[in-house]
Amino acid sequence: MSAYNFAYLDEQTKRMIRRAILKAIAVPGYQVPFASREMPMPYGWGTGGVQVTASILGPDDVLKVIDQGADDTTNAVSIRAFFAKTAGVKTTTATTEATVIQTRHRFPETNLGAHQVLVYQVPIPEPLRFLEPRETETRTLHALAEYGLMHVKLYEDIARHGHIATTYAYPVSVNGRYVMDPSPIPKYDNPRLDDCEALQLFGAGREKRIYAIPPHTKVVSLDFEDHPFEPTKFEHPCALCGSTMSYLDEVVTDDAGGRMFVCSDTDYCETRQREGHIGHLNAAAPQTCPEAAE
Amino acid sequence: MYVAVKGGERAIENAHRLLADKRRGPRDVPELTPAQIDEQLSLAVDRVMSEGSLYDRALAALAIKQARGDLIEAIFLVRAYRTTLPRFGYSHPLDTGAMQVRRRISATYKDLPGGQVLGPTFDYTHRLIDFSLMEQDAVPAPATAPHAAQTAMPRVADIIGSGDMIEASPPDEGAPVSDLTRDPLAFPAPRDLCLQNLARGDEGFLLALGYSTQRGYGRNHPFVGEIRLGEVQVEVEVEGLPFAAPLGAVTLTECQMVNQFVGSKTEAPKFTRGYGLSFGQCERRAMSMALVDRALRAGEFEEERKGPAQDEEFVLSHSDNVQATGFVEHLKLPHYVDFQAELALLREMRGENHASHPEAAE
Amino acid sequence: MNTPTTPLLKASGLCKFYGNRAACRDISFELEPGEVLAIVGESGSGKSTLLNLLSGRLAPDSGRVDYALAPGQMRDLATMSEAERRLLARTDWGFVHQDAREGLRMNVSAGGNIGERLMGIGNRHFGNIRETAQVWLSRVEIDPARVDERPTAFSGGMRQRLQIARNLVTNPRLVFMDEPTGGLDVSVQARLLDMIRALVAEMGLAVVLVTHDLAVARLLSQRILVMKQGEVIESGLTDRVLDDPQAPYTQLLVSSVLAA
Repeated sequence: MSAYNFAYLDEQTKRMIRRAILKAIAVPGYQVPFASREMPMPYGWGTGGVQVTASILGPDDVLKVIDQGADDTTNAVSIRAFFAKTAGVKTTTATTEATVIQTRHRFPETNLGAHQVLVYQVPIPEPLRFLEPRETETRTLHALAEYGLMHVKLYEDIARHGHIATTYAYPVSVNGRYVMDPSPIPKYDNPRLDDCEALQLFGAGREKRIYAIPPHTKVVSLDFEDHPFEPTKFEHPCALCGSTMSYLDEVVTDDAGGRMFVCSDTDYCETRQREGHIGHLNAAAPQTCPEAAE
Repeated sequence: MYVAVKGGERAIENAHRLLADKRRGPRDVPELTPAQIDEQLSLAVDRVMSEGSLYDRALAALAIKQARGDLIEAIFLVRAYRTTLPRFGYSHPLDTGAMQVRRRISATYKDLPGGQVLGPTFDYTHRLIDFSLMEQDAVPAPATAPHAAQTAMPRVADIIGSGDMIEASPPDEGAPVSDLTRDPLAFPAPRDLCLQNLARGDEGFLLALGYSTQRGYGRNHPFVGEIRLGEVQVEVEVEGLPFAAPLGAVTLTECQMVNQFVGSKTEAPKFTRGYGLSFGQCERRAMSMALVDRALRAGEFEEERKGPAQDEEFVLSHSDNVQATGFVEHLKLPHYVDFQAELALLREMRGENHASHPEAAE
Repeated sequence: MNTPTTPLLKASGLCKFYGNRAACRDISFELEPGEVLAIVGESGSGKSTLLNLLSGRLAPDSGRVDYALAPGQMRDLATMSEAERRLLARTDWGFVHQDAREGLRMNVSAGGNIGERLMGIGNRHFGNIRETAQVWLSRVEIDPARVDERPTAFSGGMRQRLQIARNLVTNPRLVFMDEPTGGLDVSVQARLLDMIRALVAEMGLAVVLVTHDLAVARLLSQRILVMKQGEVIESGLTDRVLDDPQAPYTQLLVSSVLAA
């Protein structure tokens, strides 16, 4: 790989991206345009996150990559391998060991610290896009903080469904100023963005935008006084580690409607199992459900 | 069972090996060489160079081989390579008026200085499958031009322009040219940025948009003023050299579309223009580009914007097939976290519905 | 009537050219709070351009428009920031388009359409917003039970009434109307005009009304400007101008109404 620079991108490009990142940190929640490069993976597969990660990664960093909360999903494996190859940095699956975590669609269950940076992959950075398709108009709305339209969307949800029917990519207000799309994380994760100790960076490659939430920034999910924001709740504990405090994936186990619920964050789940927390369908549990074993 | 829904490093590795095997196909069939692709599928190479925004025949041919003939995949390979290349400088503007012309046609004049030159074209072939191509075929050498020395071939736009009947090319003010690979696209976009965007835009997208203007979604009454194909010298300024250094020649297709006229009480009416340019021989894309370029100038001529081809944000934001294919295909990536959130809400809502209308659930 | 009041809106020497054609030439007038002013003329006379200049949707080539943010506190629209102008436009002003589709969000419920301005100024209580929307639906004679329906399910007259409700929910002081009854059946027009007249009186609204229909001007307005080729050729109290037109062009306009 000697034909490529450390972490693939040339230093000039990294400088340009770092300038965008610094601006993004200075204006929390504001979408900074940047000259996104073509990357050797397709648009929509995390090119924005990869460019941000490539620009902030140093030789001493320890990188973790998750997709849907898991380290072993194909795209996470592919991006981790990309940086292992182009930057030669140490990689890990342990949330606590990582200094940089690139994620798609989840905030890790384990709390992040001041020494960590969370890099989100973002498909559509503009929270107003599906209400107003024109970039010239949405930029004006942000500039003037005219966010009535955003609440019209939530109003319509309640009028039609009796609920705010947005379950992921749930819009937030950052630092009392900009309305921001937190990327398609489930709304379950939204409260974790608020007053977070770690720096959170968001990269949208195809749409050419970078934005940020600096540590300890106030992040509020939009709602109505009489229909307050509520994170998704689960009725089941994790079948493998028994956690009642985590976001769960539903796994279909047979074609007769059988299903089990397990943590989406694999590192969190495995760590708990190692610590002796055993869910009701775990092979290590007293044998009551034979099909749970592998 | 749990492992089965998650991917793994080994699965990816095996998929890559299988892909390489499928690319090669049965080993008793001779393997394609990039040279064969370059010489015999040359129009595919032209398209990959144009939309890949890199003039390198050998590399484009190799990308087509690697992509198993999927041209958008090949374009993507070329783009991802191109973006890593260092920039030494910018060439002088190419002078297509000085082109070594191999094909040149005009639909606006029966004859004109330099004449009509048909060149290598499918235009008047009958689209009958030629079964003789099943066998290796001895193709006779082409007829050569009666006169070896090329006569001057002024561009048709300049011929019309000499009578002030058509809008003049904007003066070269030496202003820096926009570069959307270095600056993010911003709206409203100046024309140079529009042209750059269209020049690397997807051929099918441009074709459909160009076609839509002909069918009434933003008509602009086009005539093919001229299409020319040939070789143009590329020159670059080198520090310390008193003259521009020639780098070599590139093959280009240029289309000058002549469109409906505009004018006002103070200004005499004149034809307007749309412009298309492409690497290699890509007439369809050069013509489509010219139609869309003209359509996008609706604002400049105070025309009502009512067709998608006239909508700058729509056209420029969706023309790039590398972006488009990435975002469409990313739907293959797992979305089960978000899907789970939707499932949970749907169950909750159906539960409420059931509670308030128990009979409806029967 | 003759007590001096400070104007709500003041136009001074407004000019707007398209090429060398004047769409508006040297137009000046004052609008009092609660006054309804009709601008009449044939199509192409410049009345819609004037409306766009007055409402800040178009910048004049020369001249100015001042608006009283508070009594006696006149501000030149051109010196206001875009943020100030937009805030004004969605709180203290209204704009009723001829085509209700331009003034409504067709894929948003009636309640959402009326509630948008309230949410835009920070109202965050769903129940209150919906209730206010229902009150407003009643005021414009739409069944409040239809609050969750989209305007696509409404007739042309209902859409226009919904558009008016959406504009009035913030209790504006000034409403611009561009042919508000255009394109509607005569019986629907009459009902809409009655409703507008009642609301204007109840709320003490000032209105700048553009219409080609002198009957509409007579019914709604106290004062009238007659425009021809970008210029105001006659102005005065509506009854006076329509009953005793001075300018030959106005006489023609009035007589063609009588002929109709």
